[in-house]
Amino acid sequence: MTVMEQRGAYRPTPPPAWQPRTDPAPLLPDAEPYRVLGTEAAAQADPELLRRLYAQLVRGRRYNVQATALTKQGRLAVYPSSTGQEACEVAAALVLQERDWLFPSYRDTLAVVARGVDPVEALTLLRGDWHTGYDPHEHRVAPLCTPLATQLPHAVGLAHAARLKGDDVVALALVGDGGTSEGDFHEALNFAAVWQAPVVFLVQNNGFAISVPLAKQTAAPSLAHKAVGYGMPGRLVDGNDAAAVHEVLADAVRRAREGGGPTLVEAVTYRIDAHTNADDATRYRADAEVETWREHDPIELLEREMNARGLLDEDTRRTVREAAEEMAADLRARMNQDAVLDPMDLFSHVYAEPTPQLREQQALLRAELEAEQEGAH
Amino acid sequence: MTTVALKPATMAQALTRALRDAMAADPTVHVLGEDVGALGGVFRVTDGLAKEFGEDRCTDTPLAEAGILGTAVGMAMYGLRPVVEMQFDAFAYPAFEQLISHVARMRNRTRGRMPLPITVRVPYGGGIGGVEHHSDSSEAYYIATPGLHVVTPATVADAYGLLRAAIASDDPVVFLEPKRLYWSKDSWNPQEPQSVEPIGRAVVRRPGRSATLITYGPSVPVCLEAAEAARAEGWDLEVVDLRSLVPFDDETVAASVRRTGRAVVVHESGSFGGPGGEIAARVTERCFHHLEAPVLRVAGFDLPYPPPMLERHHLPGVDRILDAVARLQWEAGN
Ligand SMILES: Cc1ncc(C[n+]2csc(CCOP(=O)(O)OP(=O)(O)O)c2C)c(N)n1
Repeated sequence: MTVMEQRGAYRPTPPPAWQPRTDPAPLLPDAEPYRVLGTEAAAQADPELLRRLYAQLVRGRRYNVQATALTKQGRLAVYPSSTGQEACEVAAALVLQERDWLFPSYRDTLAVVARGVDPVEALTLLRGDWHTGYDPHEHRVAPLCTPLATQLPHAVGLAHAARLKGDDVVALALVGDGGTSEGDFHEALNFAAVWQAPVVFLVQNNGFAISVPLAKQTAAPSLAHKAVGYGMPGRLVDGNDAAAVHEVLADAVRRAREGGGPTLVEAVTYRIDAHTNADDATRYRADAEVETWREHDPIELLEREMNARGLLDEDTRRTVREAAEEMAADLRARMNQDAVLDPMDLFSHVYAEPTPQLREQQALLRAELEAEQEGAH
Repeated sequence: MTTVALKPATMAQALTRALRDAMAADPTVHVLGEDVGALGGVFRVTDGLAKEFGEDRCTDTPLAEAGILGTAVGMAMYGLRPVVEMQFDAFAYPAFEQLISHVARMRNRTRGRMPLPITVRVPYGGGIGGVEHHSDSSEAYYIATPGLHVVTPATVADAYGLLRAAIASDDPVVFLEPKRLYWSKDSWNPQEPQSVEPIGRAVVRRPGRSATLITYGPSVPVCLEAAEAARAEGWDLEVVDLRSLVPFDDETVAASVRRTGRAVVVHESGSFGGPGGEIAARVTERCFHHLEAPVLRVAGFDLPYPPPMLERHHLPGVDRILDAVARLQWEAGN
């Protein structure tokens, strides 16, 4: 007797009908990164927005060059340049309203500066004089975050809290392609989708996590595709096309503000410089590859479009360049001054009230400093 | 007039009361975690909160500890006071990255501009016959992280008072709940006005003259029992309940040891790298000339928490404490 025969007349009850929770089709990203510049859509782009993007791109590039130079002079401990990625940085800052929040990672100094933070204060982490130089509440910019992807749940929590309070505040969080492999990326996206939190995730896919190429980071069709599994839309955009990044982010921010929930945006871009000034990029990528991306430079793309539309006369160009030079000169001058630090500050911000243990250690340091002073006389 | 006999409250109920009172007093207090809503938490500490305050104030989260604590960071940034429940000691480990890299140091990173008033409740310790990963004493990890307060109640009254203080604190507090005391009762009367203990003060639970037992959390009742038993052998033991590991109350501890001249530190977590080593060193530094014997430690063994059928061998019990007390009759050359 076979097993089937033994079971005789047994008829299994069919499982209850299965329904997908969400139709996945509208969540799927386009097959190609969305572009504006050099396409028909460019004619619709707001000239004022293009001018603002242009000014910030030029300023941003100058900032990257200046900060990199400061590492060579020993004024900055390290600088992870975002040269080549300025369109993402700038669009991320410009798309937000004043009441919105930006959650940057260590490479996003430029977005922080474009949001209005003082260029020197934005560099204190990398200079080494204090971890976070600016007041996060003043500009609604979270501290530059070094552990990968850990700022993403913070963005979700903040956006969630704002919504609970009835404020129409949106949080925009930046993360690299490597960071998408971290567990916190998953947890943040999942929380955001379940809570329908007003948050936008922008992945700057610049091709590498230090030396590891995207192919070794993920087997997904694109990073934007990851959104579908969480139940949020994924958008793919040309990360060097400032107008396109701005438009896609603006859509996502609007959706979030109107209660439509989170969006995952993948901006396809490239890191022109090495990971940091301490990295040797020739060990893991060919110059020819870098060259092809240089030809897709975010500033040139925008310039070409603006020229074609007659939006960029020599005057504007000169004014923008001069403003950028001024910013760089000011940055140079202020960074060349030695930071004045008070060692007693070490104990000031561990707890609201120092513990008795910290007070003892504080007294020890004070005695040491006084002895040092006396020795110097 | 009839008086209704009051049923004594358990520690778990006192914790619930503390959460409820804190939520009622301050609309920015939010509770979040796994199963804290309809179920009321696996230990029922959040019982009824979702019903009373709504799911926005007492929220069942997805099952992800880093996500729970990480989103709590963002909520605190926006002015809320999140109280996070970690389901069990060992399941808090996925959240360590958030705890150590952000929660503990956000005030410091931002030079005081962004304090995070987060309470992380962690049921901890053994003695309830839990299977693997349900009995860890993880306090050594927390106390090694500057920026966190670490407190643990041993009485029902302290469970209430310390949790209220933790939630009111502008700094993050790891609130360790001794799970085997969840169902313990004492004279705590929920009808009476409750005191809220400031964090950082130890208390003498039992005065004595011949030696001090320094302990906290689940080991406090064990030490009190040991002190009773020691009377028969002529020892009059003082029992100090630390209540707070960070900040540490050197004063109360040192004053006690100076009186008695002898000390044993008792805790469940492992001895090597455990809190006892730190405490013994602090006591020695402050009381060297008063000490009649080295400061001894009675702790859990230095092994991953054993299976429940063997845990009684691991946990410091009355006999092991009494053995240590006997060794305090120390003479040079011993
Ligand atoms: C949790 C964690 N692991 C490792 C590192 C060290 N690290 C710094 S940057 C980096 C690569 C990150 O790559 P990606 O996320 O693509 O960002 P990108 O640097 O390209 O902007 C690594 C591994 C880190 N900062 N945090």
